Amino acid sequence: MIEVVDLTFAYSGHERLFEHFSLDVGQGESWAIIGPSGCGKSTLLYLLAGLKRPSQGRVLIAGETITRPRPRTGLILQDHGLLPWATVSQNARLGLAIRELYGPDGRHAPVDGKLEPKDADRQVETWLNWLGIAELKDKFPSQLSRGQRQRTAIARTLVLKPDLLLMDEPFSALDAPIRVELQTVMAEFHRQSQLTSVTVTHDIEEAVFMGRKVLVLRHGCNRGTEIVDNDLAGRSDERNRPAFYKRCNDLHKLLERRP
Amino acid sequence: MNNKIHPQSAILGFLLFLIIWQLSSVIIDRPILPAPLQVLPMFLMDLPGELGLHLLASAGRVLAAIGLAVITAAPAGLLLGQMPKLDRVFSPLIAITYPIPKIVLLPVIYVLLGITDVSKILLIAMIIFFQILVVVRDEAANLKPELILSVRSLCAGRRALFRYVYLPASIPAVLTALRISIGTAIAVLFIAEQSLTTYGLGYYIVVETYQVLRYPEMFTGILAMGLLGVILYFTVAGIEFRVNRHLFLAS
Repeated sequence: MIEVVDLTFAYSGHERLFEHFSLDVGQGESWAIIGPSGCGKSTLLYLLAGLKRPSQGRVLIAGETITRPRPRTGLILQDHGLLPWATVSQNARLGLAIRELYGPDGRHAPVDGKLEPKDADRQVETWLNWLGIAELKDKFPSQLSRGQRQRTAIARTLVLKPDLLLMDEPFSALDAPIRVELQTVMAEFHRQSQLTSVTVTHDIEEAVFMGRKVLVLRHGCNRGTEIVDNDLAGRSDERNRPAFYKRCNDLHKLLERRP
Repeated sequence: MNNKIHPQSAILGFLLFLIIWQLSSVIIDRPILPAPLQVLPMFLMDLPGELGLHLLASAGRVLAAIGLAVITAAPAGLLLGQMPKLDRVFSPLIAITYPIPKIVLLPVIYVLLGITDVSKILLIAMIIFFQILVVVRDEAANLKPELILSVRSLCAGRRALFRYVYLPASIPAVLTALRISIGTAIAVLFIAEQSLTTYGLGYYIVVETYQVLRYPEMFTGILAMGLLGVILYFTVAGIEFRVNRHLFLAS
């Protein structure tokens, strides 16, 4: 699904974050990317999203080189990115509205994604229901809790039927119980949909819960890839067991090790 | 504008205004301050006639100036707000020219453009232009990069960003700027209309009534100008309230 080939990237005037970096993410896999702040994990996600361009090398998604945001990639950010002047249902509908504005041109909207306004309304409603925020649909973001806002952002992304889901610290700003609740919601969604997903996080527990494979990035320039295979991902039943904490601990040691 | 003004309180305010006016005119007791009881009936009689034409001429000029200022300042403000490099070049210039009272340029504009409607409208537009420019620029600069990034990730190009982010973000700023600049705009209109025109409240108040000592008629003009200001102010405030609904809701 995702191929990163020989990627090199640096912000102008800064050290390289990636050099000859390669990565393969298979269809239907759930990945977590973890590392200290400033290691380039969000940058990597933005490169996958087409919001940044590699200095060298290529990013391919579903076989196509990415040069701009791709209609079928869904991105969820920590800061929600909701329009403050629009209601929950207007926000959830934003992606569909943008597609309507351009029509199915393959650049801004999938070629086969034409949707009647009535069907669009119904889909928005379905997702708001699924995420448990249907009764909030006429509220504005300022009237919502952080968790409800993040649910709105998730609805906005899922309503577009993405084939790849990218999440940048999606639950970092939330209180612990709500964070666990939303992680469980997304794990359940992954189980049902088998959607390819990549979650960037600095939270070890989140990485172990969200990533079937965990990519560990380091400070300075990332060349090789360090991947931890993690069979405990999405297992709510394992969450408070010793094996889960041991995995977290292993990951912690890995992160502390100097390159 | 955090509170909507109720009709009752508007009527109460107007009555209080009339009472103070009436008392002042009784106390001062000179022709320069006629009583509302004399002016109001005259105002209502004259409004469908000559006075109405003066009012329309003035209103037309202010509205044209508002229109001109909005279509030039709003895009310029958005551009500066979203392009920090460009803003760094222009912001010192704006900082210097913003506080200059634009009215002092009246003679220059008159010489360059002639004493026409265009020059009067341009002068008023300049005042509103700077207000809108500054407020819209700051509003656009305050748009969080994450917001733009996340809307871009929904495959929004320039057109969709404008439609769903920049436009809705700048409309409240434009309205705020308009609301605070309407008073100054009308003050400048008053001065600009005093020279070489045949219609306009400034002309009516100074040339047609004041200079020939028709004080009660002069006051109908003052009342009309006040009315123009009040109507414009509350129209803008009303639209602002509606547009900014999300800011006025209790959570």
